[in-house]
Amino acid sequence: MSNRLHIGTRKGLFELARSNGVWEIVDVSFLGDPVSAVLADAGGSVWAALDLGHFGAKLWRRDGAGDWREMAVPVFPPKPDDASEDPHPWSLGKIWVIEPGGVPGRLWAGTMPGGFFRSDDRGESWSLNEALWHMPERRQWFGVAGGEQPGINSVLIDPRSPSDIRVGVSCAGLWASTDAGASWKIINQGMYNEYMPPERREDPIVQDIHLLSRCAAHPEIVWCQHHNGVFRSENAGANWYELAAIRPSKFGFAVAAHPSDPDTAWFVPAIKDERRIPVDGEVVVARTRDAGRSFEVLRQGLPHRHAYDLVYRHALAVDETGERLAFGSTTGGLWISEDGGDSWTMPEARLPPIAVVRFAPV
Amino acid sequence: MTTVLFTSALQRFLPAPSTQVEGETVGAALAVVFATRPALRGYVLDDQGALRRHVAVYVNGQPVNDRVWLTDPVGPHDEIYVFQALSGG
Repeated sequence: MSNRLHIGTRKGLFELARSNGVWEIVDVSFLGDPVSAVLADAGGSVWAALDLGHFGAKLWRRDGAGDWREMAVPVFPPKPDDASEDPHPWSLGKIWVIEPGGVPGRLWAGTMPGGFFRSDDRGESWSLNEALWHMPERRQWFGVAGGEQPGINSVLIDPRSPSDIRVGVSCAGLWASTDAGASWKIINQGMYNEYMPPERREDPIVQDIHLLSRCAAHPEIVWCQHHNGVFRSENAGANWYELAAIRPSKFGFAVAAHPSDPDTAWFVPAIKDERRIPVDGEVVVARTRDAGRSFEVLRQGLPHRHAYDLVYRHALAVDETGERLAFGSTTGGLWISEDGGDSWTMPEARLPPIAVVRFAPV
Repeated sequence: MTTVLFTSALQRFLPAPSTQVEGETVGAALAVVFATRPALRGYVLDDQGALRRHVAVYVNGQPVNDRVWLTDPVGPHDEIYVFQALSGG
């Protein structure tokens, strides 16, 4: 089990460690600065992406007990004259997700305004995936709530083949490459987006994917928290069916797939979509253990009343055992479970608004 | 020589000392600074070389007109001041 958690917040990066059964903050970095993405590896390295309001997106890495060191950030190429019709800026907005690439040294970064970047030197340098960026369809991507730009929020690397990549985009569906990013196609069928005009609701490219999460041991199983529902795919994201049994509501941002059980996943539902608060002011986690046919509403240890915590898409995490989970909220709530979500405890901390929660792999 | 001064808010992240440079425009003067301090560039300019949206540049106490191409002229006795528009909570 992982004994280490990294919490990226609006006011810094907090590291928690478990000792004698108690989770405590053991380190604070970048205090006062917004953290937009975090990645930790089994070798003890941590990457932290900052979203500085004035000075742009930044990326730092710390190796083991060493000092933080600033990395290069992904940079877009000069915008050519014939791209004047492109509705999106050719400039890094923020780094939204960083994932290991399945090859030593390789990382992938999903960004706003929709650029997908690769590093082969552990984040020291980055190159834009030109194939995806130059697809004409990319100009149809549109911005998401809380940001004016489209963003790549999910990066799924097939553990059996690092050349097989799927990215989830808000708002632009699910794009797949089987040749390490040399070519791409949109693949998601079966989703619907009910805020779109009727004739476009089932169009794959307008699907508002909040987050994708894949079962590591069964990579063909992918779960999606979509803007207007939760969906499951049994063929690696090509075909989807809605899980209408989700309770207490179908809106939300976060989803976590069990790492080995293909039938188990967790969600943190909220009232959609203009209000974005928990149903009845009660923070709950929804868990399915039967592939979405039914859901349990887990509430032991979570606030039962007058709680207005929203959980963002990268703020729910599960460790490699599937027993230990953690999630954080927009009001700084942080809850940890040691029993697959049956019960939750809150570390002694009042944190800033939380954007991202990640376990360090063992 | 034109003087380039950076807000102390940048010092939290990286060294940004005041510098005397040669340059006939704001862009040319800043380019000289960034040539010796490349990490500073991304804090001030976006990927296309324009001023970041929440970064301000004044010359002798007046905001520059051209935030995209940085063509405002500067002379040897001018002072370029790079700072941030504070906002948020």
